[in-house]
Amino acid sequence: MTDILLIALAMSLLYMSIANRLYTYLRILILQGIILFGATYLTLTNLNIINLLLIMLETIVFKAFAVPWFMNYIIKRNKITREAEPYLPNFVSLIIVTMIIVSAIILSSSIKDQNLDKTFFVVALSMLFTGLYMIVSRKKIITHVIGYLVIENGVFVLSLAVGNEMPMLVNLGIMLDIFASVLILGIFFNKIGDVINDPDVNILSHLKD
Amino acid sequence: MLGIFLIGTLIISSLLFFNKNKWVNYSLVGLFVVILWIFGIYEYQHQNLTQFIFFKSDSLGLLLLLALCFIAAPVLFHAFRYIEAHNVDETPHSRGLFFAAMVLLIAACCAAYLSNHIAVTWFFVEITTLSASALIYHHRNIRALEGVWKYVFICAISITFIYIGILFLSLALKGAGVEDMSIDSIREHYDKLNLFWLKLSFLFIFTGFTAKLGLVPMYTAGIDAKDKAPAPAGALLASGLMNLGFIGIYRMYAVMAHTPLHSWANTVIVIAALLSVFVATVYMTRIKNIKRMFAYSGIEHMGLVMLGLAAGGIGVYAAILHIVLHTLIKPALFLQFNQVYWVFQSKSIYDVGNYFKYNKTGAIVVFLGFLSATGMPPSGLFISEFMIFQSLFQAHYILILLGVMLLLTMIIWGFGSNIFKLLFTPPISIDESKIPHISPWESLTQYILLATSVYLAYNPPAGFVTLIQDAVKLIQ
Repeated sequence: MTDILLIALAMSLLYMSIANRLYTYLRILILQGIILFGATYLTLTNLNIINLLLIMLETIVFKAFAVPWFMNYIIKRNKITREAEPYLPNFVSLIIVTMIIVSAIILSSSIKDQNLDKTFFVVALSMLFTGLYMIVSRKKIITHVIGYLVIENGVFVLSLAVGNEMPMLVNLGIMLDIFASVLILGIFFNKIGDVINDPDVNILSHLKD
Repeated sequence: MLGIFLIGTLIISSLLFFNKNKWVNYSLVGLFVVILWIFGIYEYQHQNLTQFIFFKSDSLGLLLLLALCFIAAPVLFHAFRYIEAHNVDETPHSRGLFFAAMVLLIAACCAAYLSNHIAVTWFFVEITTLSASALIYHHRNIRALEGVWKYVFICAISITFIYIGILFLSLALKGAGVEDMSIDSIREHYDKLNLFWLKLSFLFIFTGFTAKLGLVPMYTAGIDAKDKAPAPAGALLASGLMNLGFIGIYRMYAVMAHTPLHSWANTVIVIAALLSVFVATVYMTRIKNIKRMFAYSGIEHMGLVMLGLAAGGIGVYAAILHIVLHTLIKPALFLQFNQVYWVFQSKSIYDVGNYFKYNKTGAIVVFLGFLSATGMPPSGLFISEFMIFQSLFQAHYILILLGVMLLLTMIIWGFGSNIFKLLFTPPISIDESKIPHISPWESLTQYILLATSVYLAYNPPAGFVTLIQDAVKLIQ
């Protein structure tokens, strides 16, 4: 069952690579949050109940609802155009994301370690690099943030793989999540909306040599 | 003592944040400096003491802690001058926030230096990002917003990378059957670690910490940050915060140095270091913004430090000496920049000139700072750079040595042509009646910082040498 959820997560990346509208990205983020909620419940079986509840609450509240809702609010408030404005055509993006996933699979097949479930590793690595790809290939600041959130979801998948033995690391991951949500979204994205109307990276490119 | 220090800092920074009275504000900052000094002296007297399980006052942590204590007082004094002297639009709230962030940044750096657990270091790195971003956004304008946005975003990615590195490290430890993730425990079990995970872990942790240290690939955030932050804050970002990146990488490298991956790690470090020196050269030969030039000079020095580390032998000693001396020299330049800005009201090299005429004592600081930062005798960095070159030679990195020397020569040319323009060439247009009188006493702390760097390099006290040697023993 966990494998099905993880594969669904990897498939959501492919969908993300061809998505055109910002709202589609937000829906995919919500979907990923819900999948992670399920995966947490199925994977972290050795944890004490309070810690597990805390982690699950964080995934469902932060990842699936609060952050996407807040981004939606920002898009509406700042009247950001709904087009994602990628630098590359969607078809090329699809091929690149597919190649990322295939290379993650090839890399994982070279690991000879019994301690790690490879599905976790493949999905986490694919999400990490897809997130980075999203950041460099999209024009708007808000899509950069979405790319970062995808990286975070990927990292969370990886932390689930070691979560039963080292629950402290999963908690650290949650701290990272809250830190990023509060700092990046809460304070600065809000401020950027206050100062400039159409948050587009071109406006923030004057600091150079 | 660490507990008292951290709780004291939290109380002081929250009082600073809520307080509106100017004199209460400055007394609180003074109180913090006193606590910081007591903390530094206490830790020095209790070396290798484990506190709260996760903290240990080992030699490298102590060295950087004492260096930070030493620069904290001048930096906070100049922050006070910065807020008071020439900024009309300061409000009690912005002043309170500025000093609260400053205090928090210094304390988080101190705690991270002494942390003996990679996850705890990571936590304090997060705090430094938070407090540094408040400092960078101090002026609340669009350019400051751009600087802070880039800084926060790149630091968030770098923190995520470090976290991924920690996860891989936990996998490497899991294979060895080790539960405890403290640095000491990892070093004790280095022969049992799974090398594949360790390799991945080092790669991610190294890349993550380059954002703080100022190395390729993630150096960019730091440049904008030091440019947009007020100069006293820039002084902290260019010294204490860069050292935080160094200590993170050093602790991880100390584990790698005992495994068969040592030469692989050296290759990674040499590539990043060479690219950093190269990037610094490219920008420094054509840069026109004085503050960014100082920031790029930091990138060059961190590249040299990493080269020393990778070369091994005497290079490791030289790298630690270099980073301590750099901690003293770079703040002197950044603090002096405040006065340059008061005179010319510009950061651009096109608008400045004849600084010797307008502020003699300050101009001498700039000149000595230039000599120090480029490693020309009698600069302290001359000694450490010489030892780094020697170690590169001994390690048979001859081509790298030649390349670096060529790049450094170009850096001296680029740095020098801008500094001499600032000092001697008359500016194109300047209204001399608007130039404020600057007291020579304002430059006193910069002289002390530069003189200390020379003293530590040419006549190092025995305690200082012992601390560096102990830190070197972690690797060799």
